[in-house]
Amino acid sequence: MKAIRIKDHNELFQEQAYLDQFENKREFEAPWPKEKVKEIAEWTKTAEYQEKNFARKNIKINPAKACQPLGAIFCSSGFDGTMPFVQGAQGCVAYFRSHLNRHFKEPLAAISTSMTEDAAVFGGLNNMLEGLENAYTLYHPKMLAVCTTCMAEVIGDDLNAYIRTAKEKELIPKELPVPFAHTPSFVGSYVNGYDNMMKGILSAITTGKKGEPNGKINIIMGFDTYTGDYHEIKRLLSMMGVDFTLLSDASAIFDSPNTGEYKLYPGGTPLEEAMDSINASATIALQQYSTLKTMDYIRKEWSQKALVLPPIGVKNTDFFFEQLSKLTGKPIPQEIEDERGRAVDAMVDSHPYVHGKRFALVGDPDLLLGLVSLLMEMGGIPVHIVCSMGDKKFEDEMQGLLAESPFGSEAKVYAGKDMWHLRSLMFTDPVDILIGNSYAKFLWRDTGTPLIRMGFPLFDRHHLHRYPVIGYQGVLNLVTMIVNRVLDEMDRKTIDTMSFDVIR
Amino acid sequence: MSTTIKDTQKMIEDVLDAYPEKAKKERARHLAANDPTGQCSTCKVKANTKSRPGVMTVRGCAYAGAKGVVWGPVKDQITISHGPVGCGQYSWWSRRNYYNGQTGIDTFGTMHITTDFQEKDIVYGGDKGLDAALHELRELFPLAKGIGILSECPVGLIGDDIEAVSKRVAKEFGIPIVPVRCEGFRGVSQSLGHHIANDTIRDYVLGKGKLERSTPYDVALIGDYNIGGDAWASRKILEEMGLRVIAQWTGDASVNELGIATKAKLNLIHCYRSMNYICRHMEEEYGIPWDEFNFFGPTKIYASIRKIASHFDDHIKENAEKVIEKYKPVMDAVVERFKPKLEGKKVMLYVGGLRPRHTIGAYEDLGMEVIASGYEFGHNDDYNRTYPVMKEGAVIMDDATLHELEEFTRRMKPDMVGSGIKEKYSYHKMGVPFRQMHSWDYSGPYHGFDGFPVFARDMDMTVNNPAWNLIRRKK
Repeated sequence: MKAIRIKDHNELFQEQAYLDQFENKREFEAPWPKEKVKEIAEWTKTAEYQEKNFARKNIKINPAKACQPLGAIFCSSGFDGTMPFVQGAQGCVAYFRSHLNRHFKEPLAAISTSMTEDAAVFGGLNNMLEGLENAYTLYHPKMLAVCTTCMAEVIGDDLNAYIRTAKEKELIPKELPVPFAHTPSFVGSYVNGYDNMMKGILSAITTGKKGEPNGKINIIMGFDTYTGDYHEIKRLLSMMGVDFTLLSDASAIFDSPNTGEYKLYPGGTPLEEAMDSINASATIALQQYSTLKTMDYIRKEWSQKALVLPPIGVKNTDFFFEQLSKLTGKPIPQEIEDERGRAVDAMVDSHPYVHGKRFALVGDPDLLLGLVSLLMEMGGIPVHIVCSMGDKKFEDEMQGLLAESPFGSEAKVYAGKDMWHLRSLMFTDPVDILIGNSYAKFLWRDTGTPLIRMGFPLFDRHHLHRYPVIGYQGVLNLVTMIVNRVLDEMDRKTIDTMSFDVIR
Repeated sequence: MSTTIKDTQKMIEDVLDAYPEKAKKERARHLAANDPTGQCSTCKVKANTKSRPGVMTVRGCAYAGAKGVVWGPVKDQITISHGPVGCGQYSWWSRRNYYNGQTGIDTFGTMHITTDFQEKDIVYGGDKGLDAALHELRELFPLAKGIGILSECPVGLIGDDIEAVSKRVAKEFGIPIVPVRCEGFRGVSQSLGHHIANDTIRDYVLGKGKLERSTPYDVALIGDYNIGGDAWASRKILEEMGLRVIAQWTGDASVNELGIATKAKLNLIHCYRSMNYICRHMEEEYGIPWDEFNFFGPTKIYASIRKIASHFDDHIKENAEKVIEKYKPVMDAVVERFKPKLEGKKVMLYVGGLRPRHTIGAYEDLGMEVIASGYEFGHNDDYNRTYPVMKEGAVIMDDATLHELEEFTRRMKPDMVGSGIKEKYSYHKMGVPFRQMHSWDYSGPYHGFDGFPVFARDMDMTVNNPAWNLIRRKK
């Protein structure tokens, strides 16, 4: 028998029967005339529309940011045996889990205290008490890391008192670490949530642990959703012979091997090591904006050297290794010098396809700073830089970076703006390439500008987060993605011409 | 009581042993061994009650039910996520409610629009900002046919009056501005959000649309959210039967269609859970009868087509038989191709809405058996519709937790599991074939004659993919 051809949505709805159905359905939709839709569509591409678009102050349209507790959960899940525990409404936790599941294609456990109307009236104490008891008994964590949804923040739940009560009532063991952080969704974004939770965990579990210096370096990754970066930093530091503690090792939970067994706690930073982090000789953060409060705390309370050294791009990575070498007294090994040489070789080889290309970028502050630096290093021209969660500090820092290179002269920084703003910019001042997360694909569709997927979340491509973007290996990966996207587009555009070259 | 039921009850007790006393007592009421005859008094689950804190429920919230399920798919209205930035971000185009239109111009389905509350909004209230936001949206999107204001938690806690803002601005704009009080802390699950959304459809748009002419064959397709094009595949069948689908709720729906459903001769409801409220209202107020149907898998589709046709004259009844006759060879061929590869495979389902019962027939058409099924946010009426269609001793779960799902899987050893994204990857780690049965795992449609071949193909690729065999299990 002839096999039937199975058509799913990708093909099915192109069939004439469906096209007719869609056309006929318009009878009931009271649609606008097609000419009117076309007219408005054209109008949205104009400078006049852009002006209206930039005049808005009270509504965000396609912003590239999400709320604090997401970052808090991401942070705490990188500690061994730790269950993220969220005081607030349960829908939030369902959303945080789904969001991270979709990016990493990995499971994530997180607890909610399922607060409802009665908690809104009487406070969330009972929810917290029962929640802690159930979560501990059922899921046997070594640590419960508490953060909040906006509900708990608005009604003003006293986390410290609630946790103390749970211990006094012996619902959970007295010695169980239960750090907490207030993570209101109406302040900042997930980079701040990460920061608050990290500070909460470190301040809670290092209390009374100050002792002999352990000679180690603490590394804080920040809200880094590239699991490849975690493997990469471990590789590089081991190669250099640096003894280190990775504070929140998210690669254990978000990049665990398939063994036919689901492990609720597949690893992460061992708690003993995290507790001893107070005795390290220094702390290095690989992101700035997701570690501001934590680094401030470490400087002041631990009296430790605390350096922010984001290693994205060649110069940034050079600086990272120079500082690390200075700090530890360990020389930069030849293997790493060779990796640098290869990355630079790749940039030199590929420069003709990147030099002079104009870029629009949207994303998180630290990634944007790294990418802009790298692009300018190989002659790319950043033009529109949109950071929905960016603030004045970010704007100034980015301006400073742009001022360092002649390739930065065309760029404008848009802190607090969104992807609908960027849409206007890309129509009135078109660019060659767009860099952004999966939701930026709508900008690709509307403007036809090819998209390179970088950042968070990456939902519609698989495994990109497994490739590091930090260090010289990261440079190589980024350059590969950028240059090949340019070449893909070149092929697409020249497919019917003699320029459809086989050697490029 | 039969031994099958007793065995299942024993297994449930074992699984419950891990809970503290209070939670154990409470969870015991939500898990049962099935008795299709309805004679066993202890074989019914309790439903639609609060989740226990700390147990890791899979459930979402009222906002998810109102924005994500009911209002979100309405294509030519702007849906504002009113409050902090997260809720709208996490629910941004994750349900794949397909629609036709030009996004950002005359339709807005794949957009994330939010008032992005800051601390000052919490302190001073968000009404002023909302008013200004509505005006800014009107400027930028002049073709929007309405604006929905979907409240997030803080809005209800700080005492904002979004109804007053809506009323004032609706008058000014001359389009519906719909305040939806779906704060996430309301109720026990998504379910209340569906109800609240139904009520706002009733109060703000129902009966207000334009329909030029009527025919005796006018029907409304209710409770199909067009995930992966489901509603289009269902609509095709109804139209081939000679019915005129005047409104499609809410997948690919327009505000006008929400307005004209009251002119239907019959309301056809697929997802009973999320939209029975509005059907009951239309029955009481407009005298429109409604009927449930099931377009998953040929057996149920044939039965549903005949059931739907029974409401109409011989002309439609004859058409119904013709439609069945037309598609039967294709359906038989699909079964012939996939049944040998799937026969006897055991399935565990834990989903929402209609799927825990509606998809059972489709699995059975392929020779598969559903050995456990449960609802995230079902009510008693959902379970009463489920008991008879499942085998004796099957596990019925209400608001299951991660612990329970994992333990039941270990003990029952299903050949595949159908559930959601939060469950998916723990099953992948366990090496248990898994399919998302909320989003069809980005495939679809699964409804109708055009959907069943896709469903069969997908179940086959899930159960029989060779990569599962590469997993090296520790002995």
